[in-house]
Amino acid sequence: MLTQYLFFFLSAVALISAVMVLLSKKPIHSVLYLTLTFFTLAGHYILLNAQFLAVVHIIVYAGAIMVLFLFTVMLLNLNIEGEFQKSTLMKFVAALAGGMIFLVLIGTLKSFDVSIVSNPEMTQIGLVKNLGKTLYSEYLMPFELSSILFLSAMVGAVMLGKKDKN
Amino acid sequence: MENTIAQIQVIPLQYYILFCSALFSIGVIGVLAKRNALVIFMSVELMLNSANLLLTAFSAYRNDPAGQIFVFFIMVVAAAEVAIGLALLVVVYRSTKTIDINALNRLKW
Amino acid sequence: MELISILLLVFPFLGFLTIGLFQKQMNRNISGILASAFIFINLILSGILFWYVSSSNLTVETQLFDWIKFADISIPFALTVDRLAALMLLIINGVGLLIHIYSIGYMKADTGVNRFFSYMNLFVFFMLILVLSSNYLMLFIGWEGVGLSSYLLIGFWYKDHANNDAAKKAFIMNRIGDLGFLIGIFILFVTFKTLSISEIATKASLMPSGNLTLMAITISLFIGAMGKSAQIPLFTWLPDAMAGPTPVSALIHAATMVTAGIYLVARSSVLFVLSPVTMNIILVIGAVTALIGGLIAIYQNDIKKILAYSTVSQLGFMFMALGLGSFSGAMFHLTTHAFFKALLFLAAGSVIHALSDEQDIRKMGGLRKKIPFTFALFIIGTIAISGIPPFAGFFSKEVILTAAYEHGMGMGILATFISLLTTIYMFRLIFVVFFKAESKEIRANHPIHESPKVMLYPMAVLAVLSIIAGFVQLPKLFSETQGFDNYLSPVFEKASKLAPVSEHVLDVQTEWMIFSIPLLFIALLVFLSYKRFVNEKEFIAPTGIQKVLSNKFYVDEIYDFLIVKPLGFISVFFRGILDQTIINGFVNAVGSSTLFAGKKLRLLQTGNVGFYLILMVFSIIAILFFNIIL
Repeated sequence: MLTQYLFFFLSAVALISAVMVLLSKKPIHSVLYLTLTFFTLAGHYILLNAQFLAVVHIIVYAGAIMVLFLFTVMLLNLNIEGEFQKSTLMKFVAALAGGMIFLVLIGTLKSFDVSIVSNPEMTQIGLVKNLGKTLYSEYLMPFELSSILFLSAMVGAVMLGKKDKN
Repeated sequence: MENTIAQIQVIPLQYYILFCSALFSIGVIGVLAKRNALVIFMSVELMLNSANLLLTAFSAYRNDPAGQIFVFFIMVVAAAEVAIGLALLVVVYRSTKTIDINALNRLKW
Repeated sequence: MELISILLLVFPFLGFLTIGLFQKQMNRNISGILASAFIFINLILSGILFWYVSSSNLTVETQLFDWIKFADISIPFALTVDRLAALMLLIINGVGLLIHIYSIGYMKADTGVNRFFSYMNLFVFFMLILVLSSNYLMLFIGWEGVGLSSYLLIGFWYKDHANNDAAKKAFIMNRIGDLGFLIGIFILFVTFKTLSISEIATKASLMPSGNLTLMAITISLFIGAMGKSAQIPLFTWLPDAMAGPTPVSALIHAATMVTAGIYLVARSSVLFVLSPVTMNIILVIGAVTALIGGLIAIYQNDIKKILAYSTVSQLGFMFMALGLGSFSGAMFHLTTHAFFKALLFLAAGSVIHALSDEQDIRKMGGLRKKIPFTFALFIIGTIAISGIPPFAGFFSKEVILTAAYEHGMGMGILATFISLLTTIYMFRLIFVVFFKAESKEIRANHPIHESPKVMLYPMAVLAVLSIIAGFVQLPKLFSETQGFDNYLSPVFEKASKLAPVSEHVLDVQTEWMIFSIPLLFIALLVFLSYKRFVNEKEFIAPTGIQKVLSNKFYVDEIYDFLIVKPLGFISVFFRGILDQTIINGFVNAVGSSTLFAGKKLRLLQTGNVGFYLILMVFSIIAILFFNIIL
């Protein structure tokens, strides 16, 4: 029961703060609401017994990505209020599209059958130990490749961020 | 072990699907309705996260670690994407002095 | 021996390459000597081969490599030297060598002399391929190759547009014939599953006479021969081909290339013997060509055109011989004709050279004293071609005449008449050019000079050959041994076995008549034409039938009206209606509609990112929606 209450609570907070991300006038508020959303999502991960992901999620999103957002907002002084708004029509169309994609997603996903349990002998898959085993055996290659991705992303970011000489 | 899955499955999977779809749709609406590139970016993050959560949910319900590994990789990609994306945003801001995406219409016919 | 037959091809090609590639660098005096040297080596090699095949009765087969080989098709690149080929080798290389040497003098002043000799060597190369090939496809390569070099050499002075037109005409006329040849090759391959000449001869000799397939093959091959050997209706290119340098006319358009058609028929003698219908067609076409060529020749005024029509007529005569089944007679006449016609052309070239490129005989006259050597050589050639004993033409013509009389009295008289035509036009030429009073052009300005020795000596050799070549085979009346027939008998062995036996055996009296009566006529005609042409003061404009003849039966005009004009009309029609309106319109419509659609569609590219995103999202929705409902 507690789990269910927790689920509803976290979901409600996540959805409300997600909506607030869009509704806030100032980008800095959006960033903060987004951080809140991410924390609730971390809670969801814990609910799903994926402790490792929860930790990584907090570190990566709240720790790194949101800091990046905040820095961008602050350093470029982008915290301008309501400077540009789309027309009402566009907003309506956007809402319509969002609603439609919601329905369509539900329709697509609801028929998924997950009753088959693939690794019944495994317990606690969300723990670091188990995930690590899988990661370093089956997914070693993508894991190593992702480091190259990071490296190139780093190089790219530095290159783009550099001030033009001319 | 049965215990763990059972514990998780107290909440029906449909709830997660609903929740994640809702979160995703909010992201979509954000992308479509906003003109501020920064907010659009955040909406994209929302969508990514909703997908992540759903993957994790499936993974947990099926007791398959592959799903969570995928989430891990998505996070990797998302981190890289944010780094590059924000760098691009900075460049755009430097050259146009705005982050309004409607200003980025140089590719017009 | 195999090596020699390969070397035969190597040397002319080497000559073509060296002279052709270094034509800018090479000294103008060297190229002719080099080219002649290559042909000289070839002549020696041919002599060895000739000696070998004539003494041993063997054929030299050389397989170089597999050319086309897949599935059940196997066409090797192989050379065959039998007695027929060896004879042709001697003619090509012998006459070719003499003409090469002559050209050194004739082309001395020309700036393109290096190009000239490279083409000449190329021609010899292809002619040798034609002669040596052991299958029809290789023969076709040589066939096309000589056509190509003929084209190049006719249009040698390419700066004059008329020469280019003549070259094109020759090429296109030959294409018509080549199509026939090619179709013949296809049918041959379908029928016999091979293209090897000897294998086909063996297989065909088992087929019944008058077989329809054989008839189709032989007619197709004969169409090819018609194009190459300038027979009616494809003969008009040959007189125009005289636009090329005179040595070219001598070598290609008198001695060698135009005889390729006769060679082809002789090579395929087995096939032809087995289809009597084709033989009759050949006989008729040959006779008509010989007649018309001879008649036209009488009324021409261009020294080279006269000789060209004479060649047409003589080729027709050879085809008559083929049609009569006298393959060796045709080859005999081919050989002697190569000698005296080359001599005549070279002598004509010498006249032209002496008069600084004057070709109109009305502007000549009285050259007997000015250029005595050329005159003497010309006379020898004329006597030889007219069939006056003991010169070569008499003997070869006699063989053909005998064959014609054996075929029937009418055919014999026709053949005699045709051979008498030769006397008329040749002696007209002689009398007008050499005996007639000097024309005012001659008196006025020409610094007339005898040709240099380098030109005279080759002619002298040809003159000697024109005199003595006939003694290879004396008429049956005088000699039991038929040298030429015996020499070629292995080649035509199969054909002669299959040929229907002629019932007519002429008695001795008739044979005497055959060549005594023409001789009387010849004497009479020489006398008459002397009277007629030498004392003729002014050239009377031809009237009536003469006008038709001097205008070459209006054949060119008829072709122009029947073929060129309609084709032109159809072309204009198709260009205007079909091409420009329909096809072009369609293509343009595709283009302009794309352009229009692009113009309209590009307005979708607003540059507004939000708009793109909305479109993208709606697309995703649509895809997922279809995913659900399907």
